[in-house]
Amino acid sequence: MNNPNLKSYHPKNYKELLKKYRKVAEVVLDPIDKTSRKRKAVATGLETYSGPWGDEEIMHLLKRCTFGVRKSDLQQYRELSFAEAITAALTQGSPPSPPVNDYNNAAESFIDPDVPYGETWIDAARNDTFTGERVVSLKNWLIQNMVTQPATIEEKMVFFWHNLLPTKAWDVFFPKLSYRYFEMLRRNAFGNFKTMIRELTLDPAMLLFLNGASNNKDAPDENYGRELQELFCIGKGPNAQFTEGDVQAAARVLTGWTFDWDSWDKDGVVNVVFNKWLHETSDKQFSSFYGNRLIQGRSDETGAEELNELLDMIFDNDETALFICRRFYSYFVYHEIDETTEANVIVPLAEVFRNNDYEIAPVIEALFSSAHFFDQANRGAMIKSPTEFLFGMWRTLQMTGLDSTDPADLKDQNSSLLWRMAGEGLEIADPPSVSGWPAYYQAPSFDKYWITTDTISNRGLTTDSMIYWGFWIRSGSQIPIDLIELLKEFDTPEDPNLMLEEASLLIHGIPPSEVEFAELKAILLSGQENDTYWNSAWLSLMNDPENTEYRLVVENRLKPTFQRLLQLGETNLF
Amino acid sequence: MKRRSFLRHTMHSLAVPGVLGTMGFRMPRASSLSSLLRMAADTDRVLVMIYLDGGNDGLNTVIPLDQLSALNSVRPHVVLPDDSMLGLSQSEVALHPSLSGLKSLYDEGRLRVIQNVGYPQQNYSHFRSTDIWMSASDSNELVNSGWPGRYLNEIYPDYPESYPSEEMPDPLSIEIGYGSSLLFQGPAASMGMVINNTDGFYGLIDDQEEEAPDTPAGEKLKYLRLIARQAHLYGDVVKTAAKKVKSQADYPQTSLADQLKIVSRLIAGGLRTPLYLVRLGGFDTHDAQVEASDHTTGEHAELLETLNDAIMAFMADLEMQGTEDKVVGMTFSEFGRRIVSNASLGTDHGAAAPMFFFGNAVKGGVLGENPIIPPNANYDNNLEWKYDFRQIYASILSQWLGASDSQLQATLFDGFDQVEIIGASEPFLANKEPLEKGLLVYPNPLNGQATIRIGQTHETVSIDVTDMQGRLVKHLGQTQIHGQEEIRWDTQNLPKGKYFVMVRGNMTKRVFAVMK
Repeated sequence: MNNPNLKSYHPKNYKELLKKYRKVAEVVLDPIDKTSRKRKAVATGLETYSGPWGDEEIMHLLKRCTFGVRKSDLQQYRELSFAEAITAALTQGSPPSPPVNDYNNAAESFIDPDVPYGETWIDAARNDTFTGERVVSLKNWLIQNMVTQPATIEEKMVFFWHNLLPTKAWDVFFPKLSYRYFEMLRRNAFGNFKTMIRELTLDPAMLLFLNGASNNKDAPDENYGRELQELFCIGKGPNAQFTEGDVQAAARVLTGWTFDWDSWDKDGVVNVVFNKWLHETSDKQFSSFYGNRLIQGRSDETGAEELNELLDMIFDNDETALFICRRFYSYFVYHEIDETTEANVIVPLAEVFRNNDYEIAPVIEALFSSAHFFDQANRGAMIKSPTEFLFGMWRTLQMTGLDSTDPADLKDQNSSLLWRMAGEGLEIADPPSVSGWPAYYQAPSFDKYWITTDTISNRGLTTDSMIYWGFWIRSGSQIPIDLIELLKEFDTPEDPNLMLEEASLLIHGIPPSEVEFAELKAILLSGQENDTYWNSAWLSLMNDPENTEYRLVVENRLKPTFQRLLQLGETNLF
Repeated sequence: MKRRSFLRHTMHSLAVPGVLGTMGFRMPRASSLSSLLRMAADTDRVLVMIYLDGGNDGLNTVIPLDQLSALNSVRPHVVLPDDSMLGLSQSEVALHPSLSGLKSLYDEGRLRVIQNVGYPQQNYSHFRSTDIWMSASDSNELVNSGWPGRYLNEIYPDYPESYPSEEMPDPLSIEIGYGSSLLFQGPAASMGMVINNTDGFYGLIDDQEEEAPDTPAGEKLKYLRLIARQAHLYGDVVKTAAKKVKSQADYPQTSLADQLKIVSRLIAGGLRTPLYLVRLGGFDTHDAQVEASDHTTGEHAELLETLNDAIMAFMADLEMQGTEDKVVGMTFSEFGRRIVSNASLGTDHGAAAPMFFFGNAVKGGVLGENPIIPPNANYDNNLEWKYDFRQIYASILSQWLGASDSQLQATLFDGFDQVEIIGASEPFLANKEPLEKGLLVYPNPLNGQATIRIGQTHETVSIDVTDMQGRLVKHLGQTQIHGQEEIRWDTQNLPKGKYFVMVRGNMTKRVFAVMK
């Protein structure tokens, strides 16, 4: 099939379909605080951390590596030495099983003829009747992976790359390609960055999203050639001096890469091919920023190799490693990079990156085992995005949800998270633009982007609902967390001070002030001054767990205590 | 002579106008019913609940004078000297010497003492008995909502989704203290606003920042708090109300006084919040309740003094603000204390105890007979309840807040015989400069024949009665007013509930809230 205008594959009722399936309109957050306040210089650098290794350090590591820490995660890491913990946190697991048909609806005779209920659709041919459902299924699958993650960095790495090298699933509107895009990010998440960029360049979803597939000698499209440099590799730092000419030259190098249209509408893989007839064959001259590199134009099949030369040239440039290391830093450590951090952390980290031929794992390891990462200045100093906030609540508070493996139940459950998050400015798989989410790049507000009067109210309502009337999953299913089950996992739930300290350690980015702590304790003790009242209330229940009166007494203390604990500003830090 | 006027003349000019004053009495938009409703709500009533946290020793708070010899023999470690107590006239009880202010309220007919309030099958656990008192459940019944929470849910069933609204822009309840208690927990949502501490309140109204560490995390925390404050559902209305009040009476430097000072300020600022909860903790006096050398001193004496002084400052402030007729206060505690005292100069958890109601509208006096103290009482003996605490809740809800029978049923799960707490408020209202607001309806609550006094106008007006939703209940007719007229209104067959009397003419738009 010939497809001169790629977006023409969108079905005629594309807009109606979006309206139908995309339950929450794109939310554009506007940060209230546009001032910048420089932090004091942090002296520590990339040298290996050698300070104390206890609960606080474990929690700092796990809060930054995961979307939320469960008590069992903390237990697991307590058994490990510092070096073992870093290794464990940076371990990649086996890939998750792919998303499935969770959308068949017999009552409405909405049955996918090609994919049985509970089976995956990732190999099925395009079918626009089911495209909307499959996009939602993909998003729910991403959420499922994040919420049920082990205590390792893998899911956050996938999200990091998705934010840095984004495609938008609703724009691409071809879910099996969006799945393949995420699969590619995961496969390369800890691997080689240069390999990942090569695969990204030829990724079908990206070829559609940034029009690479329609970039040909007759109608050059600079979109991807520009972002490859400006957003994905070189960045916009002060020394990123690539020119408009470099953008055009890169676009010309990339002409000819397009789809094997025969595979476009079929089952199985949609193939990407190099079509020499569409390739621009003249020589490509780059600027002095790239050492006046000349990529010789080729007219035969070897034109495909121009891409390798282009990537060699980009990766020969020091800016690439610096740029990616800055992005790692501002995502995992702190938003602001001052001169001290640039010199003590970014420059040596970029060296590690280059010395390891752009292997990602050694860079991540160097960053997370550094004295700088564990510096007190960086602890609790980031504002949770909707992922860390919402998934974090589910994980840390041990929300059971519907407690079902039925795909339809999982769909409802994950959708409730998906649209809640979307309403707060983060719809997974659809960042606002090719730059990703502004909170990760937009100076000077950065992570303050996440907090508006609306989102902070919603966060408060979310936690209140989880404590009291239940998190809304679907009509008739509002599920509260079980605070008693949560506390059973604590080290010393019967001691009001230690219990609150442990809850704070798991939930807050920094410990509450003395005044706040005293308030929490007063709520827990219903104003009594003697700790033994809580002690005996808890132990009475543990000795007689079926006693509903004991249970209610404990619940009536825990609910307002946790309501307040979760409403503290510290809850939004990590 | 009522003490209610003692600040009036010197301070009246300082009294900050409520909603009526600031809007001007003549309505700019005569057609806006909701605006009329909001005006009327300015006369709404307030119940301030003071929780004596820990179990207050009733026998040393309200002392049965006919039981002194038994008291001296069974609780020698804490009993008060006979000559120290403050006897209440026309009764057989005396108050603790710390409660001199409450005695003066009693003398003025502004204090109601209700003896022996409790419930069957007393539970002696703080937590459980607090929950019972706040949920209004039976002793063996598990209910996880509070009685005021359920009452508010009856009136505002769409809370919180549809609120704040034009009709009710203010918090349904305000709890000051450390956290959201069971009291204002409704069947699903929490029905109120919590001001976690008094500093938090002044932080809100004065935009003061709470302390945050001087670290990058602290900087983010400040930002989060700033936005949270801006986002607070009721932050603006509370702040606006508080800002209207420029001056308050002097209050002692105690936590309870700080809390009541805020309550008075918000009422005077025009918040229509009907229910407040404040707390005074420390009543769990197992030991050192009194000083060995002088039983009129010690922890309990200090607590009662704190209570007494805070209430008196609050009452003086209400008068200074001109809100004294619309506020009633109530004290409660999860239980009284044991009859028999401890050698450690304290008392253990007990059962029934007295409650106080105070305010211009209460019916003064002591309700209930003295408890009988067995001269040979042992450690297991406790005071029996004579009034179920839910009778008291039913009475105050009905007589003060105008709850209907069905609302009482939904709130308390059962019907309870009422006791008299609120006196006829007619004398207060009728004796006032009658037509401060150009319209007066009395008695209020309605009771048979009512009088509608209309003044300060010279035109034909139409007089209508509507319900809370603004639906016409009765058209009372049209009449020409020459300066001032009175109209009689037979309310015998009017169902219980809240109503608005509306008086409307070309130049005259007035509304008065009444209750039956």
